[in-house]
Amino acid sequence: MGLLDKRFETENIIITSVEDVLNWARLSSLWMMQFGLACCAIEMMAASASHFDIMRFGIIPRSSPRQADLMIVAGTVTLKMASRVKRLYEQMPDPKYVISMGSCANCGGPYWEHGYHVLKGVDRVIPVDVYVPGCPPRPEALLEGIIKLREKIRRESLVKKKLPPVYVEEK
Amino acid sequence: MQANEIYERIKSKFEDAIVEFKADAIVEPYLEVKADRVKDVCEFLRDDPELAFDYLMCLSGVDYGNGTLGVVYHIYSMKHGHRFVLKVKVPIDNPVVQSVESIWKSANWHEREAYDMFGIIFEGHPDLRRILMPYDWPEGSYPLRKDFQVPEFYNGMKVPY
Repeated sequence: MGLLDKRFETENIIITSVEDVLNWARLSSLWMMQFGLACCAIEMMAASASHFDIMRFGIIPRSSPRQADLMIVAGTVTLKMASRVKRLYEQMPDPKYVISMGSCANCGGPYWEHGYHVLKGVDRVIPVDVYVPGCPPRPEALLEGIIKLREKIRRESLVKKKLPPVYVEEK
Repeated sequence: MQANEIYERIKSKFEDAIVEFKADAIVEPYLEVKADRVKDVCEFLRDDPELAFDYLMCLSGVDYGNGTLGVVYHIYSMKHGHRFVLKVKVPIDNPVVQSVESIWKSANWHEREAYDMFGIIFEGHPDLRRILMPYDWPEGSYPLRKDFQVPEFYNGMKVPY
């Protein structure tokens, strides 16, 4: 707990705003919908493994959409899969966030012209919070996407309307 | 056995089924046979002890672009270690080819794929339906044909970029 460690043993009071507490709680435990669609999923797995250790952000893969807050669309969204992705998204409880990982999920990627079977961007079926470019993006890029998402959640407000999508810039 | 020897052996039995043998073709020599005789030829290729083609490596569909569709069979003999290429051409308005599913079981899914992508009808296939595309994909729309046009919408989703 860092700064708050052992500060609750005597009777203390912390004053903050509801917004800040909610945002802090949300960004600190982004449980992730565990599924991958293509080669980006390999990088996502690498990000989950010990070297990049995605869990230090409080991201725990969940096998059920009902327990998930975050959906990482990692890979090519085919037309066949798009309806399933949409259904999974709808099964997730609010508040929910979406990271579009890789060129395919962003805009169709290499399939943008002749891909008869590919949805040209997952944002055609579900709203996206953070776009991570790359083909596939390295785990570092995904981590940056997660950091961007955390910053975005920190800026969220109960009364103001939803923040626009964020883009991870290519280095 | 070399390709020309294999060809001679087929020719001695199925002279009427042969369309063309190209010995100097790029990469590999091939034999083109009639679409309504391919099953007999394949059965002979598999069962003849000198040939013994027991393995269908690949079955591909082709659209040649001039109103002709084709099927290419790459076959291999585990017993003798020789290989051969067989081709079939059919007109696009009546693309019917004999199924070889009863000869090599691996042809089952390959033929379904060729049907799915090119609309080639395999006569005698036990379960000829789409394998890759969704089952509600428009009837008569085969994505790898040269004249294929991407549909504007699929289930309410815009398809073109």
